[in-house]
Amino acid sequence: MAVIHDVMPSFGLYQPASVADALNLLDRHGRDAWILAGGLDSFDWLKDRIKRPKAVVDLSGISELQGIRESGDGLEIGAMTTLTEVVRHPAVRERYSLLLEAAEHAASPQIRNQGTIGGNVSQDTRCWYYRTGWFCYRAGGNICYADTPTAMNREHAILGADRCVAVNPSDTAPALIALDASMVVRSKSGERVVPAEEYFIGPGTDITRMTILQPGDLLTAIRIPGTWGGARFYFEKVRDRNVWDFALVSVASAMSDNGETIERVRIAVNGVAARPLRLRAVEDAVRGKARSEETAKLAGDLAIQGALPLQHNAYKVPLMRNLVKRAIRGAEGA
Amino acid sequence: MDILTWGHSPWGERILAHISWNLFWASLFAGIVFFVAHASYMVLSAHRKRSAAETDALEIEHRDLPPQIVRHSLAARLFHWVMAGAMFVLLFTAFLPVAGIKFPWVTWHWMAGLVLAGSILFHIIHASVWLDFWSIWVGPKDIPEFRAEILRELGHDVPGPKPGKYPLGNRLYHMAIVLAGLAVVISGITMMVRVRTPFFTRNPYLLRDTTWGLVYVTHGLAGVALVGLVIAHVYFAVRPEKWWITKSMLLGWITRRQYLEHHDPHRWAVESIAAKAEAQRSGQ
Ligand SMILES: Cc1cc2nc3c(=O)[nH]c(=O)nc-3n(C[C@H](O)[C@H](O)[C@H](O)COP(=O)(O)OP(=O)(O)OC[C@H]3O[C@@H](n4cnc5c(N)ncnc54)[C@H](O)[C@@H]3O)c2cc1C
Repeated sequence: MAVIHDVMPSFGLYQPASVADALNLLDRHGRDAWILAGGLDSFDWLKDRIKRPKAVVDLSGISELQGIRESGDGLEIGAMTTLTEVVRHPAVRERYSLLLEAAEHAASPQIRNQGTIGGNVSQDTRCWYYRTGWFCYRAGGNICYADTPTAMNREHAILGADRCVAVNPSDTAPALIALDASMVVRSKSGERVVPAEEYFIGPGTDITRMTILQPGDLLTAIRIPGTWGGARFYFEKVRDRNVWDFALVSVASAMSDNGETIERVRIAVNGVAARPLRLRAVEDAVRGKARSEETAKLAGDLAIQGALPLQHNAYKVPLMRNLVKRAIRGAEGA
Repeated sequence: MDILTWGHSPWGERILAHISWNLFWASLFAGIVFFVAHASYMVLSAHRKRSAAETDALEIEHRDLPPQIVRHSLAARLFHWVMAGAMFVLLFTAFLPVAGIKFPWVTWHWMAGLVLAGSILFHIIHASVWLDFWSIWVGPKDIPEFRAEILRELGHDVPGPKPGKYPLGNRLYHMAIVLAGLAVVISGITMMVRVRTPFFTRNPYLLRDTTWGLVYVTHGLAGVALVGLVIAHVYFAVRPEKWWITKSMLLGWITRRQYLEHHDPHRWAVESIAAKAEAQRSGQ
């Protein structure tokens, strides 16, 4: 079992100065490599000796991965941009306040100063059975300790569970899905640009990973198109304490309306499944309808269809329904 | 090469987790090597077949037999193809993700597993009640046939016994499939207790960690064995000289000539037209 160690285990530390060098290192070390961004998730794994990489590739010296650039009618955010930088960036404040809200709700100011957006969307689940080194499905075993008759699973999944009931902890992830962002992933064999929605994967697809990243892959940037710039946004995160804590359930939506009816909408939730879920059925149901209490209720009821609570997390079902309702009605109606 | 994957229980005991996926690649490789080796052998070998003249003579002798001889009843064929479909779904859903093609596979896998289990149950009942149950099994009595078949494969013209209803290769294959199939189905149904299905109340603690490990290893070993076995089966089904058997699995019958060419009429007795008519008359 996990023992909290104060010192780092030994590993080879590599500090490349360019993406090309980083990709070479990742290619050379394959499964033995670990990408280090802000270290806020990484250091837990390494110090607890649960993950034992031989080579740690520290991205902090790669200037190409830092900062926010205007790109076409949208923005390109380097993977190593800190959450604080995201929150403070004028273009994000002005046009994409949904991302600002989401990033600002993550953790604490100190963590946001250090934690990067690339690390935030690529971080591992916070299921404590898995994180304390229990040999569960996600760790390569054949059991989910969080889904047993005696398990402590108040924070776990109500949707999309497939053997493993862990949830995705990222606050920026649902906002990026709602903004129709794309993830730029590079490896030695080239670059691919993946919709944010497809960047995250559930246990049915791969029970040992939270994202599509394979050994050798590097997330270099996140692109946000202009499509949703300045739209009507809603972000809400419910957590046990108002600082530090991960979301029990969060919701992010981007919407445009003509004052009466909803014309376009994208809505995503997190904290309820192993990947942030885009609620397509809800989007389809509310498009063309009035932004009313009735539509919000319809959306909330639709959102929780198929939810299957565990022993201790049934509260997530009404919580998710209400957050989705509020996302449709907007802050003023909430 | 690792054969098994080990983990640890919450109490720190070393426990079996499942097989190493190296075994999947090994089985795939073995299946492919077998078919390449056999195909090369068939091209180069002096394999002894019954001559046309010999079969002609047999046809004259047995001209009272019907022109089409039933080899597989409709029920037997349905079972075979349902089982084959389920088996392919099971193998693809189990091993495509291992080969890097990722998709949500678990539900498809256990559903196909239930179809397989149901079809096997049907087959056991059907074979026990309506078919000649023992005609498919192998035992010490088959040693002379085994010897004769090997010698024929090596080009010798030997008088030893010809197959009854099922050639020895078929029966040996059936034996292997029975072992692997039952192991995979019994372990698979047990494993369903660990996943969410409408059939069982999930209980991951039903068995001890070590016993679960054995169940997973059994399932994995039987699964990878089936990869090699299915490759061999498909290979034989598409070999030109075996088409008559494959065709009979579709149509249900073989011709009188095929029957006489490949089988021993004493070991697989077929009713003559006259005997059949007589039986029908006395039945009326
Ligand atoms: C006490 C605490 C509370 C927190 N609360 C919240 C919260 O409420 N909401 C929230 O959203 N987050 C929360 N976090 C997470 C935090 O916000 C960090 O963003 C997150 O831990 C990872 O960011 P990082 O830059 O430190 O990445 P790291 O820890 O260095 O990396 C995280 C993972 O991503 C991988 N990775 C990082 N960058 C890349 C890249 N460019 N390409 C490929 N893989 C990459 C790493 O290999 C690692 O597996 C919390 C963290 C702590 C410690």
